[in-house]
Amino acid sequence: MTTISLDHVKKQYPNGFTAIHDLSLDIQDQEFLVLVGPSGCGKTTLLRMIAGLEKISSGSLKMDGRVMNDVEAKDRDLAMVFQNYALYPHLTVFDNMAFSLKMRRVKKDIIKDKVEEAAEILGLADYLQRKPGELSGGQRQRVAMGRAIVRQPKAFLMDEPLSNLDAKLRVEMREEISRLYQRLKTTFIYVTHDQIEAMTLGTRVVVMDQGVIRQSGPPQELYEKPANLFVASFIGNHEMNFLRPDAASTGTLPLESSQILGIRPEHLLLEKIDQAMGSGCDPLVVGNGNDPQAVGPPLASEESTQAVGSSNHSLTMGTPLASEESTEAIDSANYPQTVGSALVSEESTQVVGIHPLMIGKIQFQEMLGDDDLIFVESGAQKLSVLTPHRTDLKPGDLVQISCFTAHIHYFDAQSGDALAK
Amino acid sequence: MSLSKEKSPQVLKQPASYKLPLIIVNLICGFIMLFPLLYAVSIAFMPSSELFNMDLNLLPHNPTLENFNAALSKMPLGRFILNSFMVSLAITGGQIISCSLAAFAFSFLDFQGKDVLFMLIMATMMIPGEATIISNYLTVSAWQWLESYKVLIVPYLTSAMGIFLFRQFYQSFPRSLYEAARMDGCSNLRFIITILLPLTKPAIGAMAVYTFINAWNMFMWPLLVTSSENMRTVQIGISMLDSVDSKSLTMMIAGVVLIILPSLSIFILGQKQLIKGMFSGAVKG
Repeated sequence: MTTISLDHVKKQYPNGFTAIHDLSLDIQDQEFLVLVGPSGCGKTTLLRMIAGLEKISSGSLKMDGRVMNDVEAKDRDLAMVFQNYALYPHLTVFDNMAFSLKMRRVKKDIIKDKVEEAAEILGLADYLQRKPGELSGGQRQRVAMGRAIVRQPKAFLMDEPLSNLDAKLRVEMREEISRLYQRLKTTFIYVTHDQIEAMTLGTRVVVMDQGVIRQSGPPQELYEKPANLFVASFIGNHEMNFLRPDAASTGTLPLESSQILGIRPEHLLLEKIDQAMGSGCDPLVVGNGNDPQAVGPPLASEESTQAVGSSNHSLTMGTPLASEESTEAIDSANYPQTVGSALVSEESTQVVGIHPLMIGKIQFQEMLGDDDLIFVESGAQKLSVLTPHRTDLKPGDLVQISCFTAHIHYFDAQSGDALAK
Repeated sequence: MSLSKEKSPQVLKQPASYKLPLIIVNLICGFIMLFPLLYAVSIAFMPSSELFNMDLNLLPHNPTLENFNAALSKMPLGRFILNSFMVSLAITGGQIISCSLAAFAFSFLDFQGKDVLFMLIMATMMIPGEATIISNYLTVSAWQWLESYKVLIVPYLTSAMGIFLFRQFYQSFPRSLYEAARMDGCSNLRFIITILLPLTKPAIGAMAVYTFINAWNMFMWPLLVTSSENMRTVQIGISMLDSVDSKSLTMMIAGVVLIILPSLSIFILGQKQLIKGMFSGAVKG
């Protein structure tokens, strides 16, 4: 049972720079807490303060109710995995993993048992007599984790442990850390700048910026209900689009001058407009309904693909997260083939829940494999749209962008805080 | 395919043809630089009569060991070499311990006035030894330390240069290793012994060679604080071979060759470490 609590903690360096401003945070036992934020936001400093590697300027750090501010790092019973592994290069894997136990004068046979057990868990049993220099990056990372787990510490601190690995290995190690957490059921505090790691690993994610906590909560909550513009733009695979009232028309959406509207690229719907007709602001005819590209994303349920397919238009949308209701809504409303803003009436938008946002030109496309990230510009307003890969679009094409009401986030233009929908 | 087969020997040959002139130039430069030393070795084996004639005798016609015998019999050179060896060894050991500990504190620990203290130590390098030698002499003579090994050793047990050299090494030492060791429950001293020293062998090697040779070549201080033959070191011994009454150049040079040998062998043994040590930290790897 280990709870860690930070109470009005501040870190100020001798040169006057304040890395952490009056931060309070309670970390529960067996929680996988991820500190995430851009470089220089103070997340590593905070972790190091918990570890005892950085002095706390003011405020208090308590572990299980005991103030730990002045307790030496070695006496805090925490294990840390460093970004660059920090393995002792002149010692074998076994000695690296056994080091902390030797320092605590644990008996040799117990050390042997514990190291071998950890090596077994991490698949390092065959490498115990090798030196770190003879191991691959992933193996070194495992040794670093093995060194932490042999001690059975009160909590694991991980400082961007995967940032030195290549993309494939990073995914593998992410799974491994996740499994380790399930197995050990100890408190994990994990620092990363990678929001995918944060979202996939954490039971709670703390988003930090400039030394303060911007939002703290379960990953899904951060994604669905970002508390402010910063969290909204930071969390999510692709940065959220923001529509400012002065930038462009937002279709039928009521947007006050003091508001900023946010919508994720994967929640935008995009359809191609016939150039000749679109330029004349005539009713906008949507492309070929038999286009196989138009049947929705690979993750969409069978019903939803059928629903969209049967409505016979080329609407493509990033529906992995679209709710069931919304897909049903399309079906029941028999979504019209012409959805140009000029034609969509107030009534129909209310029924369907779809709002046309703008008509713009495709500036460029990024191919992401199954998906395309399409950048659309209309006047001063730029939007990025994530759609399943389609071949019928090219830069310069005119497209209509719309979205579901449920996916729109409103923020206060002044404070950046989220507003009730 | 055939093209690459034809080309590859040319590619291999090219560097060799470039290398040959370079090797020749290197050999010539090396010979010019080593000439005084080689000539000294040659003279050491020459009878006096061969040296003082009008011919250019670069090599002895009748090599003899007489000069070495004369040098060894005139002065207790064996004793001098032993003295020098003990003093140099003690100074080397002392400097490695004290300088590595001080450099550890300057590199890894945070304490008030760290930078000022380091600057102060560095500033001592600007004071020439000759400026302090008299006051040091008065101090040690007041302590009645004259004519002892400790007077030759203790004042040299640490050096600003050594602290600087070690600190430069430790600056490039990954700090996360120190932090990892702290998290593992390692004390500072234990970290130095089990992690830092094994990983900074090149620095220690460089430092050892540099310090040993400096201590071996010490002249002013031993001359001032010792007077009996029992406590003299080699450099003074050599100057004692040069007496007004019997001047034998060949014998003196034989003596010089004898005392060069230990320091030369130390240098040859540690030259790789020395070069590695001198240049590491200069360029970030």
